Amino acid sequence: MNAILHSEWPWYVAGPLIGLFVPALLVVGNKVFGISSNLRHLCAVIAPGKIEFFRYDWRDAGLWNLLFLAGVVAGGFLAAHFGAHAIAISPAARVTQAGFGIHDFSGLAPREIFSWAALGTLRGFVSIVIGGLLVGFGTAYAGGCTSGHAISGLANFELPSLIAVVGFFAGGLLASWLLLPALLGGAL
Amino acid sequence: MSKPTPRRATALLALYLALGIAFGFVLTQSEVVSWYRIQEMFHFQSFRMFGIIGSAVATAAISIAVLKRLGVRAASGEPIAIPTKKLGTGIRYAVGGFLFGLGWALTGACPGPLFSLVGSGATVYLAAILAALAGTWLYGWLRPRLPH
Repeated sequence: MNAILHSEWPWYVAGPLIGLFVPALLVVGNKVFGISSNLRHLCAVIAPGKIEFFRYDWRDAGLWNLLFLAGVVAGGFLAAHFGAHAIAISPAARVTQAGFGIHDFSGLAPREIFSWAALGTLRGFVSIVIGGLLVGFGTAYAGGCTSGHAISGLANFELPSLIAVVGFFAGGLLASWLLLPALLGGAL
Repeated sequence: MSKPTPRRATALLALYLALGIAFGFVLTQSEVVSWYRIQEMFHFQSFRMFGIIGSAVATAAISIAVLKRLGVRAASGEPIAIPTKKLGTGIRYAVGGFLFGLGWALTGACPGPLFSLVGSGATVYLAAILAALAGTWLYGWLRPRLPH
């Protein structure tokens, strides 16, 4: 058991396990697996204002999903405490990321960018705050994220989701190949 | 379609919480929450992320097909039916998807991982969550003026 928790899960174990959350939520309550709706629900809870997009009964539409989300936080905590293991990216990826100025490869994300101390630096601010803003705006505009479009939507053979997923990868490639080297490689 | 009894409704809510815990655990263990893995994926330096996403989609697709074929009812009493998304012009999917993709690579996290990362101790992702909420709010505000 310990060995399973403290080792890297192969992709053919991790992927199907993630995919099983789609039927699990359907079987429990006919709910469609999708995380980003929670950002909308949280806006509806905290600051709906006079905005039509946030004026709906969030308890009725999203309480189940907000509870699921609370569970995700707890699950992250449990994994970090009972399943922590070093992430072994491929040698090629290590070279690329070292080229981005990453020296410390510990944890789930590089401390040199993702720490409170780095938040005030240009690289930290752009990665965390501008990145977060784009995640929130983009998923709301597209009506879904990796879970809602890439997994639920593609699994249900929906064209809108395929367009969204092509968009995800276009944006990700641009940021990863052009923005990050400029931002992290010191060219900015 | 009958509404579940209050007791049953509470039991179902507890199940969603339990499923969320399992999901946060699986996300973290499978490393899809890791900035390192996301950059590795966008640079095509490992099959891992593609294998995970591909096999997750295949598992979900087969499961949906089986549930539909068997005509399974949800525990809440409803028949299982997935509402289909409206295509419209498709602009929202292309542009919204592209903008999310930029954010995915910059933060190294999609919405689920933003939350599991906070749980795992990377508390600076709270700032990314606040920014994401601001981004969603901004969309809600601009929505009437955006093409969909």
